[in-house]
Amino acid sequence: MDSSDALTLARLQFAFTVSAHIIFPAFSIGLASFLAVLNGLWLATARAVFLDLFNYWKKIFAVVFGMGVVSGIVMSYQFGTNWSVFSDKVGPVIGPLMGYEVLSAFFLEAGFLGVMLFGRERVGPKLHLLATLMVALGTFMSAFWILAVNSWMQTPAGYAMNDVGQFVVTDWWAVIFNPSLPYRLVHMVLAAYLTTAFVVGAVGALHLLRNRTHAAARVMFSMAMWMAAIVAPVQIMAGDFHGLNTLEHQPAKVAAMEGHFETHAGVPLVLFGIPNAAAGRIDYRVAIPNLGSLILTHEWDGVVRGLNEWPADQRPPVGIVFWSFRVMVGIGFAMLGLGVWSLWMRYRRKLYDAPWLYRAAILMGPSGFAAVLAGWMVTEVGRQPYTVYGLLTTADSASPIAAAAVASSLIAFIVVYFALFGSGTFYILRLMNQPVHGHETGLPPEQPIRAGGIMPGPVMAATHVLPATEQGASS
Amino acid sequence: MTLDLPLIWAGLIAFAVLAYVVLDGFDLGVGILFPLIRGEPHRDEAMNSVAPVWDGNETWLVLGGGGLLAVFPLAYSIIMSALYVPIIVMLLALVFRGVAFEFRWKTQRGKFLWDWAFAGGSTLAALAQGVALGALVQGIPVVGRAYAGGWWGWLTPFSILTGVALVIGYALLGATWLILKTEGHVQRRAYDIAFWVAPATLLLIGVVSLWTPLLNTIYMQRWFAWPQVLLVGVVPLAVLGTGYLLLRGLTERREAMPFLASLLLFVLCFVGLGISFFPHLVPNSVTIWEAAAPDNSLSFLLVGGVVLIPIILAYTAYAYWVFRGKVNAAGGYH
Repeated sequence: MDSSDALTLARLQFAFTVSAHIIFPAFSIGLASFLAVLNGLWLATARAVFLDLFNYWKKIFAVVFGMGVVSGIVMSYQFGTNWSVFSDKVGPVIGPLMGYEVLSAFFLEAGFLGVMLFGRERVGPKLHLLATLMVALGTFMSAFWILAVNSWMQTPAGYAMNDVGQFVVTDWWAVIFNPSLPYRLVHMVLAAYLTTAFVVGAVGALHLLRNRTHAAARVMFSMAMWMAAIVAPVQIMAGDFHGLNTLEHQPAKVAAMEGHFETHAGVPLVLFGIPNAAAGRIDYRVAIPNLGSLILTHEWDGVVRGLNEWPADQRPPVGIVFWSFRVMVGIGFAMLGLGVWSLWMRYRRKLYDAPWLYRAAILMGPSGFAAVLAGWMVTEVGRQPYTVYGLLTTADSASPIAAAAVASSLIAFIVVYFALFGSGTFYILRLMNQPVHGHETGLPPEQPIRAGGIMPGPVMAATHVLPATEQGASS
Repeated sequence: MTLDLPLIWAGLIAFAVLAYVVLDGFDLGVGILFPLIRGEPHRDEAMNSVAPVWDGNETWLVLGGGGLLAVFPLAYSIIMSALYVPIIVMLLALVFRGVAFEFRWKTQRGKFLWDWAFAGGSTLAALAQGVALGALVQGIPVVGRAYAGGWWGWLTPFSILTGVALVIGYALLGATWLILKTEGHVQRRAYDIAFWVAPATLLLIGVVSLWTPLLNTIYMQRWFAWPQVLLVGVVPLAVLGTGYLLLRGLTERREAMPFLASLLLFVLCFVGLGISFFPHLVPNSVTIWEAAAPDNSLSFLLVGGVVLIPIILAYTAYAYWVFRGKVNAAGGYH
């Protein structure tokens, strides 16, 4: 086997491990913020339902976060094992950003996660809220740094080359706040929030279908539908801005997304069709005249460059980019539709008696994950054939590793991830299938509350006490 | 005067790796000992002793890897491709044991499966780390800026020995941690196990230490050249002293001393490794200064490290303080 096999396998491996990984942060970024909000609402209002919801989602968060951690450790070593040339050349630029991610995000999450999961009785409600906030802040910081790394690879800035062929930094500010970071960061964080909102909404809807009076299910569903109604349109706008930024810096990617082969003035918006890269056209095209130019250039007759402007070896694969873009946008508008529907039902005061809305919400529950994966496919496949856009090709980034080694590890990753993360998904679905119990103590009723003798400080007989009276518990 | 940034960073990375080894060492050790602890409540108790802190412990591994990429990208790229197989095995093993922390509480029927995932994953991760260390110590062929060996180059009798030694060493950390954090049945069991793994660890430290200088003349020089043998000779003497404290702590049924002595043993072995390696990062081929990223990458991250590492240590210590004292089987939130 030659090195091109090893390269393809290494790309497959990275695509597989990073796709499996991004599912978890997309959920845990949103869920961490949701938990912080619930915890804060509980302290502010003393309404038991918020604590019940917190304890309910906390268990799900723990499973998701655990899978995110272990699949993330894989990513931090994958650069070296499969992309050693890339690591050597680009390490001086992206390494310190990832170092900051570890220092400012991972430790923060990990350090306070234990307190958040296990420590309410031990530290009291206020420090416990602080721990929850720190976990949420950690997930956000992590998103910031890793998107800074990814954005720099897409729109490199603030660098020079040294005499051994490494990228070196001339301006850190320009590296971190590179031209695509703001758009990518906003788009991804909103995506994480929407993804979480639709999962929470689906769980709320499931339990409302079974019992319309379930108080906790009403709160979940209502909160989620507010998110859908407000964040989905904001996300569509953010996506549009991100697209314009991409047009400025990576026009070939946009040409692939839109399915444009020829450079034209007044290009149509291609709704559907089958990209035929060999012939350089879209077969069976359904398109709206001039709308493509209007969206991309904000002019009726704006000129948009087509893929044929680039040599064949500098074009991204059209099919994957074209299709995943349509999946992402389609889901985005479906989310918007559900949000509008919920507003209408809310206006008619039928939000808690809307079985078809609930069914639609359940159907849309996993849609955020599909949209996130599709969106990442657009941006990552769309920047091919480069790892550092326009400067370092994917082919020149790989490790000098035998194809057999990469193939074996790829198979191992696929088997292990499907088995373990499949089990995790099953357990999460089972948790979600249970209704939110009032007065969750976090301990199964048959187990004894831990004995007071071994605990530092006073032990709360029950965790379910109003905040004001629980303050005495902090030690 | 200018700071020797690569040297400072070599120290910081070494600190991160040491922090990882001692911290994740004891929770991997608990996993390694899991099959020897019988009875579900006892296993629950053992797992609860590490559940709130394992994630923070493992973050030091990410700092070690991520930090190496940031400040010594050349060393990172050479070492990771040379140790491809043990690194991938370690990562997969860590996935198994990491998910077990949550999964084993989510099912009654399948709990035994996650017990095995926890034990097997911990053991395999420790073995892979030890093998990787041994392979690094015995040297990595480098041509230009890349690894020049095959993908089985890491497999030698020496690396197998270091792999087994690290499993036993982590088991010692795990056993002495359980002595500290538990009582009753689990603690008695941990004492029994420690009585076996403590002498085994000391023996294996001795064998590895005697074998290492025979690997090449540089190590031999480092340890036996006159007069520096007077200086470096302190390390093996300290190992002997610490071994004595460890065994005495165990026979006198002290609770904290065995754990502290085991930690000290790891620190001393790490110092020993440092003496063998310095000034190389990839033994005998790439030095700290050759592997270093440009100074502005080092100084940029150093600012963050100087500010954030003390803060990290402070809240990590706080988390340990929150969960101080003995654990019991019902201490989870599940």
